[in-house]
Parts: sequence; C-alpha cells; structure tokens
Amino acid sequence: MMRLLQAVGQNTLATVAGLGDFATFASRAIVATPDTRYLGRRWVRAVHEQGVRCVPVVTIVGLFTGLVLGLQGYYVLTRFGSTGALGTFVSLTLTRELAPVLGALMIIGQAGSAIAAEIGIHRNSEQIDALTMMGIDPLGYLVTPRLLAAVIVFPILTVAFTLVGLAGGYLSASVLLGLDAGVYWSAVYAAIQYTDFRECLLKALVFGVIAVVICCHSGFTTHRRTGVSGSRAVSVSTTRGVVLASIATLAADYLITSFLV
Amino acid sequence: MIGPLSAPILQVTNLRKHFGDHVVLASVSLAVPRGSIISVLGRSGTGKSVFLKCLAGLLKPDAGEVRFELGAIEGFGGGCSYLFQGNALFDSMTALENVALPLEQTTRLRRREIVQATRDALKSLGLDKFGDYFPAQLSGGMQKRLALARALVTRPELVLFDEPTAGLDPPARHAVFEMIVRYRQKFDFTALVVTHDISEALAASDRVALLEEGRLHFEGTPAEFAASDDCIVRSFGDSIVTLPTDLDE
Repeated sequence: MMRLLQAVGQNTLATVAGLGDFATFASRAIVATPDTRYLGRRWVRAVHEQGVRCVPVVTIVGLFTGLVLGLQGYYVLTRFGSTGALGTFVSLTLTRELAPVLGALMIIGQAGSAIAAEIGIHRNSEQIDALTMMGIDPLGYLVTPRLLAAVIVFPILTVAFTLVGLAGGYLSASVLLGLDAGVYWSAVYAAIQYTDFRECLLKALVFGVIAVVICCHSGFTTHRRTGVSGSRAVSVSTTRGVVLASIATLAADYLITSFLV
Repeated sequence: MIGPLSAPILQVTNLRKHFGDHVVLASVSLAVPRGSIISVLGRSGTGKSVFLKCLAGLLKPDAGEVRFELGAIEGFGGGCSYLFQGNALFDSMTALENVALPLEQTTRLRRREIVQATRDALKSLGLDKFGDYFPAQLSGGMQKRLALARALVTRPELVLFDEPTAGLDPPARHAVFEMIVRYRQKFDFTALVVTHDISEALAASDRVALLEEGRLHFEGTPAEFAASDDCIVRSFGDSIVTLPTDLDE
C-alpha cells in the first residue's frame, strides 16, 4: 500500500513539475519576442515550414473529409427525406469540429514532427548550448518565430480546410449523387453564422499555440530522455511531441467546445 | 611565458559537481592569468568537459565560485567564447552565416559591418574562399577553424576549448594547437583548453593542470610538469614534442 502511495505521489510530483517546466518554457518563448533580432526572417521561414509545406496535406485531407461527409450525410438524410439539409450538416460539421481538429492534426503530423526533430538535433549536437554561449536566447531564436508563425498559419489552413471540405461535400452530393447545387450551397450559406466562424478560428489559434509549444518543448528537452541518447533520443522526442500535441489538441477541443456551446 | 601571479581573468574556487552518487569534481580551484594559455589535462572521463561546462554556466555546479573579470569591446559581444568538442556548427547554414550569427543576434552592428567582420574572421583563419560552403562540405580541420572563427568574431577576452583535438589524427592535432597559439597572439585572447593530448598541450601552453579524481592533482609550468617525479604526473609525461620556434615571434 505504501509503495502504491509512493508511486502515485512521485508520479503526481513529476507531472506537476513537468507542467510547471512546460509553462515556464512557453512563457519564456513569449517574453523573448521583443529581444529576438532578425525575427522577421526566421518567422517567414517558420511560416513556410508550417504553412506552405502543409498546404497539400491539409487540402487533400479536407477534400476527402468533405467527400465522405457529403456521401454519408446524403444517405442518412435521404432516410428522413431531408437531403436539403446536407449543406447545413457538412458546413457546421466542418466549421465547428473537423476543420480545426483534423487540420491541426495534419499540421502536427507534418510540421510538428519536423520541429521536434530539428530542435532535438540542435540539442544533440550542442547547437543550443552554442547559442547560449554566443549570448543568444535559444528560446527566442528557435521557439518564438515558430510560435508566432503558428498564430497565423493554423487559422489560415483551417479556413482552407473548410473551403476545400465544402467543395468536397458539393462534389459528392451534387456532382456524384445528383443533389441540386443551389439547394446545397444555399443551405451552406444559411447555416454558417459568425459565432461558428469565430469558434473555428479560436480553436485553430489555440491548437496551433499548444501544438507548436509542445513539439518545440519535446525537441528542446531531448537530452532529458531517460534510457536513450543520440538519434534514438531524437526519435523518442519526435514521437512524444506528436503524440502529446495530438492528445492536447483533442483535449483542448473538448474544453473549448464545452465552454462555447 | 605568463607567470602565475599575472592578474587572473578567471578565478575558480572550490568547484564541486556530482551526478547522483558519482562525484565528478570534488573541489577544484584554478586561477587563469590574463593572456595565457592554460591546459587542463586528464584521462578520458575525469570530468574535464564537466569542469569547462560548469565554468561556462552550461552546467550548474553544486558548490564553489566562478568569477570572471571580463570586459567587452565596444560594438561587439566580447566576453567569453566556447569552442565545442563537436564544433556545434549549424549544419543548415553556410560558413558565412555561421560566423555572422553571434554578431547578427547580439550586437547592434549594421549589416555591412557584420558582413565585413565575418569576412575578416574567415580570412584570418584561411577560410575566405569557403564562405558559401556548408559545414558538411568542409574537412574536420576546416570545421574546427570555422568554429574558432565563430568563437573569435565577437572578439572575446577568454576562449574555452573543449577537447579541440578530439577525433583528429596526430598532424591535425598538432595543427589545432599551433592554431590556438598563433591566433592567441593575433587576437590577444586568453585560452583555457581541456584536453588529454599531453604532448601538444605541454608544447603550446603557458601553464598546465592535471585533473585527477575530481581534484587538480598538479598545476604549474610545462617544464615543472615534465620535471615532476610524481607518479601520476609522470604517467602522463611520456610523449613531449615541440612546436616550431617561429610561433613565439
């Protein structure tokens, strides 16, 4: 019994310490913003890394998500004679849930893993220590530009996901299954309210900040991985970053939805 | 030669560091005279790199005091630079970008001045034709020189060298120490070198110290080291070579 309590206590302390470390890490990255020199150049690179490179995967997943929603929605709504509500179904599902969540998961898979791996290699090859010795704040240099890029990239790609998804829904419902295009698009137009759009962007923004900070933190703490070192530690950090960021995204989605709905 | 009584640029007192139950540094005290080259010798795994990282602030010592007497040249970062064992060059940046990085990020120099200072540093180390090369395209010796160029571009007063000859063949090891001596004269910095290359260190250093079992077992001039009849010191003093005499000119 004592061992169990001891183990629970140790894990609780470790979790609290980890959360504290993570919060300090995120705060320091934000605080470093004004002191980071040539930030614009690194921000543009980060926007390219997270944004431009992720456009294909986000739009492809958005297209297929819309196609499937259109297909499933059409057959379900046909049973109730309500195919006219398909546009409403597809647009609200995409805007409120699937676009921010799936878009974020796709960006985490592509850009988040790259961020964790790159920073992990910086750590392994002592480049982060070298930055410290040069008098450069490693958080300002490596994390701040990526964090600022996420603030703009995640919402933009979420909007792109939504638009492509709506087009996918139209393709499957109207072009393939014969639903009138006017019925579909008018339902889409009537369904999406300002609050839905605001919720969509808010989620994208929060997911972006959480995901990028987690991936950066995971790479940054590569040297603390127990039982592994070198390239194996980078591999573990990358996996850990992607998994934790994905879980955190879904948890944050639930919290935001429960507060906003 | 620099005597032990020259004003110290770095004073280390009773430095201690342990990892778990393993005591790496039991109590290390050392004074580094300004303008000197001091080599800290020791076998692999005796805590030389830990000692250097504690001095640099990359590791937090458990106890003890590290006091620097550093200034900075106006407009440049100055202070203390560190040459890492693996060079720690940014492999996705060119040689020019690597050397320019500390000036870009820590000084208020204009772009034109940064480019000029960077080119000067590369030229001083014979790398002026390799500015657009990536580190992976350079040889081991050239990478070492590039790392030194980056360390010196901010005109530091003190440079910490962590195993600068690790992984190099004997001629290259000799060349690295020759480079340290030559550029110390040219750039007027103080050098603290941790190494296990006894022969090169004795030939190039003003003073040497021997780290053994977490303490400085010996500290003195290379001549005193070579003449010592202490059994631990003598076990290190087998292979002494001399550098070209023209280095002192």
